[in-house]
Amino acid sequence: MEKSKLGLDFKKVAYAKDLAKVISDQVQDFVSGYSTVACERTLCRLMGVDGIDESGVPLPNVLVDYLKEKGMLANGVLPVLGNAVMQTGKTPNEIAELVGKGELELSTLPQGDMEKAKEALQPFINQSMERIKANRKRRENYIETIGEGKKPYLYIIVATGNIYEDVIQAQAGARQGADIIAVIRTTGQSLLDYVPYGATTEGFGGTFATQENFRIMRKALDEVGEEVGRYIRLCNYCSGLCMPEIAVMGALEGLDVMLNDALYGILFRDINMQRTLIDQYFSRVINGFAGVIINTGEDNYLTTADAFEQAHTVLASDLINEQLAFAAGLPEEQMGLGHAFEMTPDLENGFLYELAQAQMIREIFPKAPLKYMPPTKFMTGNIFRGHIQDALFNEIAIWTGQGLQLLGMMTEAIHTPFMSDRYLSIENAQYIFKNMKNLGDDVEFKENGIIQTRAKKVLDDAIELLEKMTKEGLFSALEKGIFADIKRPFDGGKGLSGVFAKGENYYNPFIDLMKGKGGQE
Amino acid sequence: MSGGLYSMEAKNFDTELDLTKVKPYGDTMNDGKTQLSFTLPVPCGDEAIEAAKQLMKKMGFENPQVVYYKELTKGFTFFNCYGSTVHTVDYSTIYVPKVESNVMDMHETDEFIRERIGRKVVVVGASTGTDAHTVGIDAIMNMKGYAGHYGLERYEMIEALNMGAQVTNEDFIAKALEMKADVLLVSQTVTQKDVHIQNLTELVEMLEAEGLRDKMILCCGGARISHELAKELGYDAGFGMNTYADDVASYVVAELARRMGK
Repeated sequence: MEKSKLGLDFKKVAYAKDLAKVISDQVQDFVSGYSTVACERTLCRLMGVDGIDESGVPLPNVLVDYLKEKGMLANGVLPVLGNAVMQTGKTPNEIAELVGKGELELSTLPQGDMEKAKEALQPFINQSMERIKANRKRRENYIETIGEGKKPYLYIIVATGNIYEDVIQAQAGARQGADIIAVIRTTGQSLLDYVPYGATTEGFGGTFATQENFRIMRKALDEVGEEVGRYIRLCNYCSGLCMPEIAVMGALEGLDVMLNDALYGILFRDINMQRTLIDQYFSRVINGFAGVIINTGEDNYLTTADAFEQAHTVLASDLINEQLAFAAGLPEEQMGLGHAFEMTPDLENGFLYELAQAQMIREIFPKAPLKYMPPTKFMTGNIFRGHIQDALFNEIAIWTGQGLQLLGMMTEAIHTPFMSDRYLSIENAQYIFKNMKNLGDDVEFKENGIIQTRAKKVLDDAIELLEKMTKEGLFSALEKGIFADIKRPFDGGKGLSGVFAKGENYYNPFIDLMKGKGGQE
Repeated sequence: MSGGLYSMEAKNFDTELDLTKVKPYGDTMNDGKTQLSFTLPVPCGDEAIEAAKQLMKKMGFENPQVVYYKELTKGFTFFNCYGSTVHTVDYSTIYVPKVESNVMDMHETDEFIRERIGRKVVVVGASTGTDAHTVGIDAIMNMKGYAGHYGLERYEMIEALNMGAQVTNEDFIAKALEMKADVLLVSQTVTQKDVHIQNLTELVEMLEAEGLRDKMILCCGGARISHELAKELGYDAGFGMNTYADDVASYVVAELARRMGK
C-alpha cells in the first residue's frame, strides 16, 4: 500500500473496513429475504414491459399492482409472467397491455411447469442483457476512440424542467468543458412510486427522469461529444421509491453515472429504510453490471449537520456504503463515494481541515472516483466571495485527486444556474486544475501538524462510531439519528407497504447474471 | 469611449449627496457607476458588443462600456459591462413595511414568555409542498441554529416541532391542530415558476376554510420571501435573507402576548 501523506495507520483503515463489513453484512442478511414492488417493476422492465395504459399508468405498475392485489406477488412477477408467456404465446409487454385493459386474467391461467415457464422468458432476458452490454461497449468504444476528460471530471447540472431546454444547456456546458452532465430531477420525483412516461417539458427545479428523457439526452451528449472530441457522461438519480427501476432504465439507455444511496433517501426524503435498502441492493447490482459509476450522498449530511464536528460520520457512511456496494458486486472503480467542502468560511484554518478530510478520503478509498461536492450551505448571495469559496474547493480537489468534481456555482442559493454561471464555474476549475496540477505530488504534510492530526482524529472518531454501530446495527443507528442529526424509525417513512418477504420459489435470475459481472472491462 | 478610464474631462455632475436624488456610487458621489453582466442570445462579434451597449443605453446607462465578452456557446455571448445610470431615486420618501419587534436574544425571549405568556409557546414548522429543502427551516428551528443564532428547539419556553421537508399542507395543519400550535412557520426555498406562491396561498386558503386562520400566528420564510410579500399573501409576517431564529422568536412571542392582551 502506498505511504500515507497523512501518516494514517493503514491497519486502522483495514480495521475500519472490517467493522463496516460487519454492519453491511447485517443489512445484507435482512435484504436477501425481501423484495419490493419497485424491484418487481424493474424485472418487468427487463422483460421489455414499457409504456402506459389508457389512464396513463405505467405498465410495470399495472402488472405489479394487479399481482399484489391478487396475492400473487410472493414469488415475484417472473414466474407468473413466464407462465403467461408460455400459455398465451404473447410477449410480456403484450401481456401487461392486456392486463391493463382487463382482457387477461392472470389469476385464472392454467399453471404450467415452472422450469418451462422460466425458459419461456429466456429470449427476453437475453435481449435486455445484450442491450445493456451493448451500451457498455458503446461507452468503452467512445472512450477508446474520441477519449474523455481528465479527472477530476467536471460535473455540472442542468435543471430547466424541460428536457429540450436541458439539451441546449447541456450541450453548451459540454462545449465549455464539462465532462459530466447531471439532469436534476423535478422536486418530489423521489416520492413517486412510479416512473413517468415519455418526454417531459414541465418540472419544478428539475426535469422528470423518464426513459424517453434519458434517450433524448444521451443522443444529445453523444452528438456534442463527437463534436468536442471528448466522451460526455450522463448522470441521473436512482434514489427514492423507484431506485432499481431508474437504474435499469439508465442501463438500457446508456447512462454513465447514477446517484444511488439509500441512506440519503432515508434521511432526506423520509423513505422507509427497509424498502430503500432492499431496492438499493438490486439497483447496485444493475449499476455494477452496466458499468455505471454510483454516487453516494454523504455530502448532504453536512447541509444539516456541522461539517467540522460531524466529519467522521461522512467517513463512517462512506465506509458502510463501500461495503454495501461490494456486497452488490460493484467494483471500486465505480464507487463515487461522496463528501463535501462545507465547513463554515469563518473557521480558522478551515482550508487545512478540508484538505485533511479530502486527502484522508482519497487515501482510504484509493481506487474510487470520489464525488466531491462544492460549498452550498455557506453560499450567501455574495457571489464574489462565493466564487472564491468555489476556488478553494477546486484547489483541494486537484491537490488531493478527487474523481468527480461537482462544480460550485457562485449564484448557489440564488437561482438555478445561468448559462454564464456555468461558464464562469468551468473557467474557475480549469484554471486551477491546470495551474496547480501536480501540487499534490510535490507537497508533503508536516508530521503531526494540523492536517495530519486532524485526519487521524477523524479516522479514530469514525472507528469509534463504527464499533458502536456493529453492536446496534445500521437500522438502530438510523433510528437514533447518528447521521445528519436526523432520526428515522424502522417502520416509518414512505414505501414500507411495497416491501414483501420472498416466497419459497422467488425468482430473479438477474442477480446471478449481473452481480459482479460487469464493471469497466 | 469618451470619458473612459483615464479621462481628464471635467465631470459635470454635482458631487453633493442629495437624498431625494440618490444614484449609485462608484468612486465619486453621483457618478452613477454600475457593474452588470448578462448574456445575449447572439453570436460573438462587433454587432454583439454594439447590441450590448445599445441595451445598456435603453436601461438608462450613459457611457456604456463592455469590458469583457465571450461566446459561451454558439450564438450566446456573455458580457461584463459598466455604465453610469441617469436614474435616481428619492430615498427620503421611501417606506418599507417591516416586521415590527424589538429583537431579543434567546434568554430574553424565554424570560419574556415566562413573564408575559406564562406557558410554553408551541411552534410547528415545515418546508411544505414538494419543496425538498430543509435548509431554511433547519436554520430557524434546529437546536444548533445557524451562524451562531440558536434555533427554536433550544429555547426553554418554546416547544418546537420541525416537520422537515415535503410536508403537505393537510399534514401540516393536522399536526398544528394536534399540538395546539400557537405559531406556524412555513419555509419555501424552491421558487421556480412561483411554485412557492401557489403553495403559500393554498395554506392560507385551507386555514381560512377551516376557520383556523385567526387562531394561529402564521409566518413564512425563505431567501426569496419578504415581509411585504408575506403580508400580501395573507401571512402575519415574512422573514427573508439574513434573518435568524432570534428575529422570528422575538416577533412571534410579542405578537402572541399582544393577541392574548397581556
